[in-house]
Amino acid sequence: MSEFLMPSLGADMESAVLMQWKVKVGDKVTKGQVIAEIETSKGVIEIEVFEDGIIEKILVEPETECSVGTPLAIIRSDEENIPVSSATAAQAQTEEAPLEKAKPDRSKDTTQPQRVKASPAARKKARELGLDLADLAQTSDGEIHLSRIESAAETEFKTPSADKMRQAIASAMSLANAEIPHYYLSASINMSPALSWLEEINKNVTIKARILPAAMIIRAVVLALEKVPELNGYWQAGHHHVCKEIHPGIAIALRKAGVITPALLGAKDMNLSRTMQALDDLIMRARAGKLRGAELTQQSITITNLGDLGVENVYGVIYPPQVALIGLGKIIDTPWAQENNVTVQKVMKATLAGDHRATDGRTGALFLDKFNRILQNPKELL
Amino acid sequence: MNKEQIKTAIIEQIRIIAPDLEYDDIPSDENLQNALEIDSFDFLHLLNALYEQLGVQVPEADYGEVDTLNRMAAYFAERIKGT
Repeated sequence: MSEFLMPSLGADMESAVLMQWKVKVGDKVTKGQVIAEIETSKGVIEIEVFEDGIIEKILVEPETECSVGTPLAIIRSDEENIPVSSATAAQAQTEEAPLEKAKPDRSKDTTQPQRVKASPAARKKARELGLDLADLAQTSDGEIHLSRIESAAETEFKTPSADKMRQAIASAMSLANAEIPHYYLSASINMSPALSWLEEINKNVTIKARILPAAMIIRAVVLALEKVPELNGYWQAGHHHVCKEIHPGIAIALRKAGVITPALLGAKDMNLSRTMQALDDLIMRARAGKLRGAELTQQSITITNLGDLGVENVYGVIYPPQVALIGLGKIIDTPWAQENNVTVQKVMKATLAGDHRATDGRTGALFLDKFNRILQNPKELL
Repeated sequence: MNKEQIKTAIIEQIRIIAPDLEYDDIPSDENLQNALEIDSFDFLHLLNALYEQLGVQVPEADYGEVDTLNRMAAYFAERIKGT
């Protein structure tokens, strides 16, 4: 028997609203199965169960706001199956440990779900409009009804979810800058060989199967990380932990609502076309608010590409507890000297921000060198 | 399908692909990707949707000819006429 808890989807998350159960009492569940949907400042997220078992009891009704760690359901393990949830939870906690310490102790109030009284219709409308019920509750007496939401929408229309996301980014980044001794390295990479190679591939396929340079570059990052794995991991409780799997967090612009960096899970096992499909799928789901819990918690490194906006050099701030961030700039036609000739080539600046506690500049330099070599010999990318 | 109808079809597809865009008017002569802040993935979805609707594939080499709404409509109009 074990409790299924409201997961922490990042150090910046304090609570979330349980939106919908995907299972009912008596259902058999298997490890990794999506069993509920929660709404966080990052949108609606599907959350998975970490063990096999049977849903014994559901403790929280839909549309309830719960703090991280609140028990949501009880899961009865199969006889042969030793409960693993406590082990998983403990592991998740150590991963978060360095961050939790730096934050004010909020354990006192974590058990009390702070639910604003509102009618279901009001709740639904508020969600559609992006209004925060807690904000409205401060200026309302008793339960909030639909009319209150509608008048609020007219008079104080704003997007508090974007504000919340801003605050979340603010706290994580302040912590990162205060605690992580960053070092930065940058290299100019001649992208002409890889881009012409990709063009040739795309000529022979239909539009649907075309591969974009962004996917090719991420594939190159993943291959380089396989050779220099030290950058792919965490700094936790004073120790450097290298991850076996590569789950790069990809910075995706949500247009109005800021930026989110969900993980491209299992990127190591994807070939080039699979990387393209998975990336496309991830971007669409991020914008539709349909990400999964694991995608928001498993990032082992971050890749941010601001090339679309014309930025040449990206000096990023590492997202703790990760130990590196790769910044990619715009690909620009640039005079390029090789042997005794100067030609015009398509050049991209790649930047690495590294955590100096975990790695040295030499590790970062090895990575950039490997990344460059792969792009000069793009056949390796398939 | 004339150029105006194609233009309407393109606008319709842009709205399907990026429903979160707020633009009432999509500018006719500005670079679409810059003006609407749509990325290379959105742009590829747009060309794919138009291919399925109009039966014309835009090769990557021709991307320079479909950078604005007007030019894109003209590009498709030209090729539909030919078939």
